[in-house]
Amino acid sequence: MAVTPADFDYISKIVREQCAIVLEKGKEYLVESRIMPLVHQEKLESIENLVKKIKQEPRGSLKDAVIEAMTTNETSFYRDIHPFETLKKEIFPELIEKRKAKRELNIWCGASSSGQEPYSLVMLLKNDFPQLNSWNLSFSASDISNQMLNRCKSGIYSQLEVNRGLPAPLMVKYFERIGTEWQVKEELRKMVQFRIINLSEAWPTMPQLDLVMMRNVLIYFDVEMKKNILGRVRKLLRPDGYLFLGAAETTLNLDENFERMPFKQSGCYRLKQG
Amino acid sequence: MRALVIDDSRAIRLILVQILKALKFEVIEAGHGLEALEKLKESGPLDLALVDWNMPEMNGYEFVCEVRKDDRYKDMKLMMVTTETEMAQVIKALEAGANEYVMKPFTKDMIVEKLTIMGIDVG
Ligand SMILES: C[S@@+](CC[C@H](N)C(=O)[O-])C[C@H]1O[C@@H](n2cnc3c(N)ncnc32)[C@H](O)[C@@H]1O
Repeated sequence: MAVTPADFDYISKIVREQCAIVLEKGKEYLVESRIMPLVHQEKLESIENLVKKIKQEPRGSLKDAVIEAMTTNETSFYRDIHPFETLKKEIFPELIEKRKAKRELNIWCGASSSGQEPYSLVMLLKNDFPQLNSWNLSFSASDISNQMLNRCKSGIYSQLEVNRGLPAPLMVKYFERIGTEWQVKEELRKMVQFRIINLSEAWPTMPQLDLVMMRNVLIYFDVEMKKNILGRVRKLLRPDGYLFLGAAETTLNLDENFERMPFKQSGCYRLKQG
Repeated sequence: MRALVIDDSRAIRLILVQILKALKFEVIEAGHGLEALEKLKESGPLDLALVDWNMPEMNGYEFVCEVRKDDRYKDMKLMMVTTETEMAQVIKALEAGANEYVMKPFTKDMIVEKLTIMGIDVG
């Protein structure tokens, strides 16, 4: 069912206000495919009726449901693989060497979606850097979505999800089978503090960070918000820390204080040195 | 690159063969483990085998055990593609020498991701 220009504008507006995500003209199909399931679920017959209802009850839960539906949660374990190989071969060995006196490492995943990204990292740390067991590791992961936060905390994945990108040897080592699904073992789940952070609003206080994962989320923001977020990441990052962006993202023309590291397809950046 | 697709279902073989051919593999097919071992003898070591578990004559698990006994095939990557989804089965296959494991149903993306994990460069 088609969305009228007026309803499209209205939905774009609330999505933009709530989470700074930009829906340009031409993205009508996206709105239709994401919102129609909600329309059916709410027994509202059309997007028009849904918009009417939101306008009648601007503080109702329907608005949040629209935001949830419009934010893409697409993710997978070890997504794009190269960033994780770079972390394993270059970044963690370097950081561990540099931090071995204080034995402290601070990591933040800024758009964790259903949790595959933070858990991929935790598995990598456990499996390849067991010396970190005795370190003071602060690992936080956040997302704007409450639904995603709950999924992260539960650490439960469908067969379809564990089939995607998760090496079988790690699956048998770090997951338990529950019914037809798979759950990340508790010892790994408790290594990560999950919380809600809306990147386009104020962030809670965080420690100085050694590693920031901010992958496949900047693409949704307009240029100003991208600059704003990168600027705040820059202040949180230690001078020798690293930032990872998604394959389609860059700091170029947004924040000239970053430089791209020459690792194959990794989207790895650090602050310009010197 | 050359691959072996072993499954007793012709339909599944067809799908897997299509996926691999699109990735520029040369593909050999077999309907069960014994036939696969025969074909392997003719072809010599390959880069990859996708292996179903439940098949007549010789099942996929037995096939993996046989291949891993032979040093000539030590670099060959073996990936189970099966409806067996119990943790114990996954562990058993890995211990026998399978490199990866995909639970049916699968998609093309899943196969590609798993090949990448095994270090097979699919471009
Ligand atoms: C495509 S997923 C990326 C997941 C993961 N980082 C990856 O690369 O696979 C994008 C995530 O960003 C979240 N998101 C969208 N807008 C956000 C905002 N303003 N603040 C925080 N998270 C946001 C969405 O909820 C979604 O889970």
